[in-house]
Amino acid sequence: MEERGMNARVRMLRKQSVETQPHIYMERAKLMTEAYKLYDGSMSVPEMRATALKYYFERKSIEIADGELIVGEKGDTAQASPTFPELCCHTLQDMQVMNDRDLINFTVTEEDMKLQKEVIIPYWEHRSTRHKIINAMTPEWKLAYESGIFTEFMEQRGPGHTVGSRKIFEKGFLDYKKDIEDAIAALDYLNDMDAYSKRNQLRAMAIDCDAIIILANRYADLAEKMAAEETRPDRKAELMQIAENCRWVPANKPRTFWQAIQQYWFVHIGVTSELNPWDAYSPGRLDQHLNPFYTADVEEGRLDREGALELLECLWVKFNNQPAPPKVGITLKESSTYTDFANLNTGGITEDGKDGVNEVSYLILDCMDEMKLLQPSSNVQISRKTPQKFLKRACEISRKGWGQPAFYNTEAIVQELMNAGKSLDDARMGGTSGCVETGAFGNEAYILTGYFNLPKILELTLYDGYDHIGGHQLGLHTGHARDFKSFEEFFDAYKKQIKYFVDIKVSGSNVIEQIFAKYMPAPFLSIITNDCIKTGKDYNAGGARYNTNYIQGVGIGTITDCLAAIKYNCFDNKNFTMEELIEALDHNFEGYDRIYHLVSHKTPKYGNDDDYADDLMKQIFEYYRDCVTGRPNTKGGYYRINMLPTTCHVYFGEVMGASPNGRLAHKPVSEGISPEKGADVFGPTAVINSCSKMDQLTTGGTLLNQKFTPSVVAGEVGLDQMANLIRAYFNMDGHHIQFNVIDRKTLLAAQANPEEYKDLIVRVAGYSDHFRNLSKELQDEIINRTEQSFDDVPGSCC
Amino acid sequence: MNQPLVTNIQRYSIHDGDGIRTTVFFKGCTMACRWCHNPETQEFSAEPMLNGDRCGGCGRCAEVCPEHAISMENGVSVTDREACTRCGACIDECYNDARSISGRAYPVKDLVELLIKDRMHWETSGGGITLSGGEVMAQNMDYITDLMKRLHGRGYSVNIDTCGFVPYENYEKVLPYADVFLYDIKAINDDIHKEYTGVSNALILENLAKLGNAGARIYLRLPLVRDVNDSCEDILKVIDFLRKNSVPLLQVNLLPYHELGQDKLDKLGKPRHQYEMQPPTGEHLNELVQLFKQNGYQNTRIGG
Repeated sequence: MEERGMNARVRMLRKQSVETQPHIYMERAKLMTEAYKLYDGSMSVPEMRATALKYYFERKSIEIADGELIVGEKGDTAQASPTFPELCCHTLQDMQVMNDRDLINFTVTEEDMKLQKEVIIPYWEHRSTRHKIINAMTPEWKLAYESGIFTEFMEQRGPGHTVGSRKIFEKGFLDYKKDIEDAIAALDYLNDMDAYSKRNQLRAMAIDCDAIIILANRYADLAEKMAAEETRPDRKAELMQIAENCRWVPANKPRTFWQAIQQYWFVHIGVTSELNPWDAYSPGRLDQHLNPFYTADVEEGRLDREGALELLECLWVKFNNQPAPPKVGITLKESSTYTDFANLNTGGITEDGKDGVNEVSYLILDCMDEMKLLQPSSNVQISRKTPQKFLKRACEISRKGWGQPAFYNTEAIVQELMNAGKSLDDARMGGTSGCVETGAFGNEAYILTGYFNLPKILELTLYDGYDHIGGHQLGLHTGHARDFKSFEEFFDAYKKQIKYFVDIKVSGSNVIEQIFAKYMPAPFLSIITNDCIKTGKDYNAGGARYNTNYIQGVGIGTITDCLAAIKYNCFDNKNFTMEELIEALDHNFEGYDRIYHLVSHKTPKYGNDDDYADDLMKQIFEYYRDCVTGRPNTKGGYYRINMLPTTCHVYFGEVMGASPNGRLAHKPVSEGISPEKGADVFGPTAVINSCSKMDQLTTGGTLLNQKFTPSVVAGEVGLDQMANLIRAYFNMDGHHIQFNVIDRKTLLAAQANPEEYKDLIVRVAGYSDHFRNLSKELQDEIINRTEQSFDDVPGSCC
Repeated sequence: MNQPLVTNIQRYSIHDGDGIRTTVFFKGCTMACRWCHNPETQEFSAEPMLNGDRCGGCGRCAEVCPEHAISMENGVSVTDREACTRCGACIDECYNDARSISGRAYPVKDLVELLIKDRMHWETSGGGITLSGGEVMAQNMDYITDLMKRLHGRGYSVNIDTCGFVPYENYEKVLPYADVFLYDIKAINDDIHKEYTGVSNALILENLAKLGNAGARIYLRLPLVRDVNDSCEDILKVIDFLRKNSVPLLQVNLLPYHELGQDKLDKLGKPRHQYEMQPPTGEHLNELVQLFKQNGYQNTRIGG
């Protein structure tokens, strides 16, 4: 495996990070269980949760690995994944599967199994939120969930999808504690009927301030002890500095670049140890936050560019050391990866609307280029003000083919956020997290609730709401396909089915949200999220300044092509009847070559800048959006949509038969807002034009994958035009674009000989992953995504 | 009006002039270069094409062909190009999408509408449209002039990619509407030129001189085949010609030969060419770039 890193230290740390096998870390489950047994029932839920976290931080085993400059692990060592039995109590079979499965496996020892069996399961089996959620859902919800109509994010993990702001670097936890105490002192028990619950919540936050400071002091103690025993003078000095850093942060506001990074890292450990929130946590606009520290350090001679890069590279290793919590069942299928979606945004604009690119932005680009790691997801925000130099440097890294950085459109993000009610300042300091999800960093709880299978609902509509894969009536009775007299009649039936399932999904989420508000408050995350201290409310109970829920639409490419296939062939041109089409679908097109040919090769398709198909895309997108957007959630906010799949398009395809667009049974549906595989034949500008017809500014993020062969982006010309393509897409209000630049031949070779391509990283869907860790289906899917190659017509006729 | 045929509209063309361009390949050429990698653009009339890899050998095409021009040989359909009337009946019946007809006519208005879909990409990148082929300057010039006038009139950059072997008056017609001429010299040595393209280069050089003196903006493009037209001596002759005739150049593009046309010859049902040709070595290409630069052509690059 290729060794990367600017120097021997980083290379060693990076090697450890990428070569260590991910494993289950049971100490958290054990200590949290002890704490629950001690405190549950004797104090309010938020205080109990905070006390449990403190109990854990006082006792968890810690280490400082040789050479580390930034310290702290969620588990005991690199690649350790704590479990969260209060959210999801794994069965012994789950644990066995985690250990045995070929992909995304986690080592589980005999001892772990024993502890799970004897201590964890007996206590948590009927207490976990997963258990509470499943018990609380209606039969309709459960049937739709199990049939693959939608997924449920909170089934095994905590709500999260959130990102830190500058606030983290501007105050220490002693300062927060003071703010919290002031807020408690100001409570008005006479007039505020919620004062008592606010007190409990605020007290919990104060306990968590202590908890994180205790953990940091334990690292300081350990560093001092190691320094005393250390014989190498350089390392001794480093350990002394680490000790000093950990004594100072996170209790106090950081004073140096090094401390600022260490400060963030303690916050990261705090958030991801309290619960296992989706998308972990991220410092968001890291270049903006770190630049003042960098500038001051350089001016005062404490640090040079190389030293700063080394610290960043050490932080990158820390991110990469944290695999996503082990997932099982449907949740594994929707997000089948070790990647935990900590997503950095570099570039963009400043709070006052100026270009946000600074010296640290370029350092971060150098760092991501050198490190080539899955985590953190290192991405860039490009605004109209972004210098071409920065964009081209980002393109230069992106065309190396491993999918990072992806490109986000700052102007689109700002408009999307303002469209969703954020202030201009908050919007400018926002960005995208997870895959592509827009958020007001540090100010918003934006909760993704689950993926929504638009193509499967079309399938049901063809069969009068009957799921012929599962063998039961799943949707409404809206009539059989053969009886529809016009395309409009059919389309109306489809819309009714969509609304029916959105209603089910939202009803369920409104209950789940309450379960988390009641049983799983996140006081630590609340400390650093505006305005939880001010309101005395928890992040999971509406304490954030903004509270948005998302339902992620999947398969817009497939659904558009299906609608086009039906409209074009069954109604407009009468090439065959609906009845004949259903017959062909029932037989997975086998023996129906003519119909297959017509829908596959002779029907307008999305992604070709053809209004026949693209208008249908707009209609269905707008219906789905309007069906979801504006519904209230339980936290005073609203539901909105975004259009991204993670790996869910593979799972959603598995639960479906053949589709009217020629997609065969059980094959993946399209991902993000990208066209169906192989449907786009006129190159990237046509794809971009098609995608731009979607009113992306009314979403909370869309995802577009473009795959190029290396020759298309080769040389200065290739680089310039790649940059121009991004600019043009963003001028047309595109939200996000990412590139895979690996030729088909390489991917096929990697599929055949995974051992020889251990390093091969590809862009999947809003994140990058090791090709070898993808399922065969997903590998095939990536290989088959349209490869934009123009090798056969390069230039003139010579 | 006899409408020219188009074989392909290539969007996101990045080697046919500045920026992101949309390139229109017109069908029909006045030369027949050995290295032609778009052999379907040599004939002016429409031609049937077959993707042999896709042909499933079902024979449905042969059944529906009203001229009985298709037969099945070794499980693959073969078209008698003489008997084929290009009616397209076989295409609709080919469920494997293996058959196509190369060459489609567009009313000028429709073509303009189709092209300007990529307006945003041109404007962002400083690109535009490139008319190529085949030989665009050997098409119906009323049509080409009309097309260029409309595009130019709307403010878009139109490049002409030409081999030079056409009457000069054709260039005169489009001069007011052309942004850049991508002008090829296939070989400076006329014997080689005749051998490899079938025609003399005299008219080509004469037209280049005239265009240069008429104030046209020219990117000179030299396709290079190892040991055929890539010697330093030949290149110096090119430079000498440019100097003597005072041809101003904005850019010089050295285009190393690559083997890509064979596959299309198969699809056209035409014999593969039997010539062994190689691109110049990278080292030699760099040497030639330096040669141009030393002689004042600073804007010389490898590739389009």
